[in-house]
Amino acid sequence: MTKKILAYIDHFHGKAQPSSWESLGLAAVITKDLGGETAALILGEGVNELAETAFQYGADQVLLADSPILKNFRPEPLADMVAQAVKDYQPDLVIFPTTSRGRTLAGMTAVDLDTGVMVDVIGLDWAGGEISATRPIYGGKLLAKLTCGTSPQIITLRTRAFDKPEPDSSRSGSVTTLDVGLDGAGVATSIASHQDKGGGVSLSDANVIVSGGRGVALNPALEPPADLDDEAAEIWKAEQGFALVQGLADVLGAAVGASRAAVDAKYIEYDHQVGQTGKVVSPDLYIACGISGAIQHLAGMRSSKVIVAINKDSDAPIFNFARFGLVGDMHAILPPLTSALKEYLAG
Amino acid sequence: MKIIVCVKQVPDTAATMTVDNGAISWGDAPLIINPWDEFAVEAALNLAADQGGEVIALCLGKEGETEAIKHALAMGADSAVMISDPALEGADNVAASKVLTAAIQKIGEADLVLFGQQSVDTDTGLLPVQTARLLKWPSLTLVSKFESVNPGDGKIQVLRSMEEAGQVVDSSLPAVVSVTKDYGEPRYPSFMGIRKASKAEYPVWSLADLGIETPSSSIVWPEVTEPVKKEIVTEIIEGETPEEKAKSLVEKLIAEKVL
Repeated sequence: MTKKILAYIDHFHGKAQPSSWESLGLAAVITKDLGGETAALILGEGVNELAETAFQYGADQVLLADSPILKNFRPEPLADMVAQAVKDYQPDLVIFPTTSRGRTLAGMTAVDLDTGVMVDVIGLDWAGGEISATRPIYGGKLLAKLTCGTSPQIITLRTRAFDKPEPDSSRSGSVTTLDVGLDGAGVATSIASHQDKGGGVSLSDANVIVSGGRGVALNPALEPPADLDDEAAEIWKAEQGFALVQGLADVLGAAVGASRAAVDAKYIEYDHQVGQTGKVVSPDLYIACGISGAIQHLAGMRSSKVIVAINKDSDAPIFNFARFGLVGDMHAILPPLTSALKEYLAG
Repeated sequence: MKIIVCVKQVPDTAATMTVDNGAISWGDAPLIINPWDEFAVEAALNLAADQGGEVIALCLGKEGETEAIKHALAMGADSAVMISDPALEGADNVAASKVLTAAIQKIGEADLVLFGQQSVDTDTGLLPVQTARLLKWPSLTLVSKFESVNPGDGKIQVLRSMEEAGQVVDSSLPAVVSVTKDYGEPRYPSFMGIRKASKAEYPVWSLADLGIETPSSSIVWPEVTEPVKKEIVTEIIEGETPEEKAKSLVEKLIAEKVL
């Protein structure tokens, strides 16, 4: 039973989310096994270059709509275009990356086509052409197996759960331009501006994450400026602690994470929170500094390939999940660790 | 301003989850309002206080799942509606959003429907966008800030979060908004609030009350399992000084090809 697969390429102003290519990689594996073909769906303005990249990552053809109406992320007109593309292409399976935009469009598309969506999938089985998906629930504390009884089936793939293919620059294919029969004036939203997020490596895409917890504020050697009250002094100390975390992250090209305790104590912005009520991540290497390992934090990071725990409390639960444990004060260990890694990576 | 805030009851995030004979169990862990929903309730209460108006908590759940509604009322919601029907057992997200849509229409004349960004049990985050799509209202997800709200002009401006940037969006009302933790700390219920909530009465609507048939579900969950526990052998890195420990860790990471 061959499969026609439509893969949505998520991007921001023409810059693709890397997880978009993981969808194409999975699609290629499925169609190689079952037969069939894959189209990449690219919606935006000035996105022709993305089509070239999509071929390199395995698309057999590209469906593309280029219009100022689609330039900024506005779910309503984009979902209209996805529904139109599905009607034109008639896929059996539609794949989105589990990004903020991918999740939104997948959900709306399921409503438009009166089908279901399996979100944040980490495993897929297609034996005999019957698709069943595995996804984490309760922040990864349990796994659910899901099937969808209606067509097309829609899934969103968790970032980094499936391999990103090697680009093949010899590949090419045909681009079909979709007619954008939308009236811009009929769209209920407009984008006033964008606010810079200050860069840094994104947690979801990171190969390596260095995280800080409550312990970042507990450097006994630090003397906060005298004019600060207790709360401000604690945050000042935490900022010095996170500077060490950031220093190690910079050397490793890593993203900076945090425990809920550190976020709730206002040591760092919520964007960095890893855990059941933050981001669920699975990097190759996760270095937890001054994190004790509350169950809701563990839920968000325990699928990391290798976990290193640095904590002065040898009984901290995080050590039960760590491949390597360093019992000691993170403030004493991070500076020599950062320089040792810098030295090694400099070759 | 009329604001409906959708809330859900879930097991505490500190709960250890297990599967017993195929059924999901959280032991004796307490049931709580979905933590994400507290931010939505907080936003709803602040908007109603600023603009004048009412906040209605709406909960889809099994009979007796009262924790989320009670918590929203204790925080200060004016009233609540529960939707409960045995026919909704196993409803998927599209089905659930059809039911919520019918309830929102039955309540009527809402300017805003607020959700938490997702629930900590099934973690799909689909209900806000699917309900918006069914209502044909704009969907404003992952909102951390309400820049301006003008129910008189039917306009709202919010700050949304995306991976690469924040996005300031102008939208018409009514609209569906999902609220993130960045919105700000939710209030603790007051003693008076808890007392009021414990005595509160609210309607429980069935599908018949909503005037809809049982919506069909596409997604089924034939199996839930506990993740296979990785056998982890923890190696404690020894050393006299932090420098020695650091050096030893780097050597181990290289030896295991982590670096």
